[in-house]
Amino acid sequence: MRADGRARIAVACLALAASFAGPLPAQDLRGTGDLGLVVERERGRVLVVDTTARATLAAIEGLGDLSHASIVYSRDARYAFVFGRDGGLTRVDLLRQRIDRRVVQAGNSIGGAISQNGRVVAAQNYSPGGIKLFDATTLELLAELPASPGPDGKPSKVVGLADAPGGRFVASLFDAGEIWIIDASNPRVPAVRKFPGVGRQPYDGLVTPDGRWYIAGLFGEDGLALLDLWHPERGVRRILDRYGRGEEKLPVYKMPHLRGWAIAGGFAFLPAIGRNEVLVVDTRDWREVARVPVAGQPVFAIARPDGRQVWVNFALPDNGRVQVIDTESRQVVRTLEPGRAVLHLEFTPRGEEVWISARDDDRVTVYDTASFAPVATLAADKPSGIFFTSRAARIGF
Amino acid sequence: MPVPRRLAGAIVFAVVGWAGGPAGAAGGSDAGDAMALAPDAARQRELLALVRHDCGSCHGMRLTGGLGPALTAEALRAKPAEGLVATILGGRPGTAMPPWRRFVSEPEAGWLVARLLAGDVHAR
Repeated sequence: MRADGRARIAVACLALAASFAGPLPAQDLRGTGDLGLVVERERGRVLVVDTTARATLAAIEGLGDLSHASIVYSRDARYAFVFGRDGGLTRVDLLRQRIDRRVVQAGNSIGGAISQNGRVVAAQNYSPGGIKLFDATTLELLAELPASPGPDGKPSKVVGLADAPGGRFVASLFDAGEIWIIDASNPRVPAVRKFPGVGRQPYDGLVTPDGRWYIAGLFGEDGLALLDLWHPERGVRRILDRYGRGEEKLPVYKMPHLRGWAIAGGFAFLPAIGRNEVLVVDTRDWREVARVPVAGQPVFAIARPDGRQVWVNFALPDNGRVQVIDTESRQVVRTLEPGRAVLHLEFTPRGEEVWISARDDDRVTVYDTASFAPVATLAADKPSGIFFTSRAARIGF
Repeated sequence: MPVPRRLAGAIVFAVVGWAGGPAGAAGGSDAGDAMALAPDAARQRELLALVRHDCGSCHGMRLTGGLGPALTAEALRAKPAEGLVATILGGRPGTAMPPWRRFVSEPEAGWLVARLLAGDVHAR
């Protein structure tokens, strides 16, 4: 009896100890598939959110300068890798809701990607310009790839870094006008294949969801650069050449973002630079098939996961609106006003809802994508990027 | 609430702009003159938010640089204020810097340049 009592006390003590080990005691065991992070850019904080409960679970402080922060996920979707403007790379544990590891790896950075096998995190840096590879578990630096110099002789800023099948990463060099394929299958000794002369000022890039194509948008000229990752030996070719038809472009108050989102039903929906249009391209032959006039200059054009809709937000001064394009009719079917300074939108994994951040109204609004009705609002301090764990399983991130 | 405040800002601005007209025409956009024509408190907050968040999307929220160069006091030290005002208003053709004239008046740009040169865009 006495021994039994002692055992009971020991079990109780263990249970108590376990409850102090982290914010999620045993009875709250859960997966991460419906979790995500919302970036609060000014406070250097991220919110852990639950897309089923449509609720904020926790706030994690101390991530540095999160203007232009972006996030990728470990393949188990438990850890987020947050790339900050100040060069900080932070590994955040979504379950324990705290920073797991953090390194400041550059002076100025804008994003990164995680390798196909989940073992290597790559950061793309502006200053000093280049790419660094890290061990995804320890954040140990594995390799450094300084960028080719731009016209001013300094290492070029690196943009549009994405993962690709075959243990590769692909990136673009803004100042140098190059695309690089980086084979990181041996991450301590990566092999780089460079494609020079792809066009002036590539500003971002994407790998298509099937992993075959890399597309870089060009700021310095009308057109995009396309590389077939199945056949890199065929080189980079131009698509949508001179889409501006020589017309003067509008001033661009925010660079568009590409990433691997806007491929829907065999068509790519791409933001035009300096024009209030979304360009539609057939991915079989990469010819332009339509242009959709929209309310402003697109920043993100993001396909709902089923490809039936593409949602678009805009640069200043039209950044209070979001428009929905029906991909079948290629028409805008809805205009929403989610708040002032809409910075980002993210679909739930299967797309029944979309979360939209409105920086200057300090809120995130969740919309039903069938009825377009707002279904929830979450408070957030100057929210920018929204990143759900479903990204963990996507090619090109 | 935002409407009356904005309206008040616009009225103050109309007056300031009118009062500043002759000086602007004669002397250009000297940062010192612009200080005398400082925007009202509400508009100052708007302008500083514009710098941090919208200029910041290329220059960094802390102005340490990004796609565009750093705009810290140290980075701007050797640059004449008039040139900076002209860059804000007119942009820099051939680069990603657009003209901000539709969002910022000349006296406002002068006030902002003075704040940038003083390294004083975060304090309030």
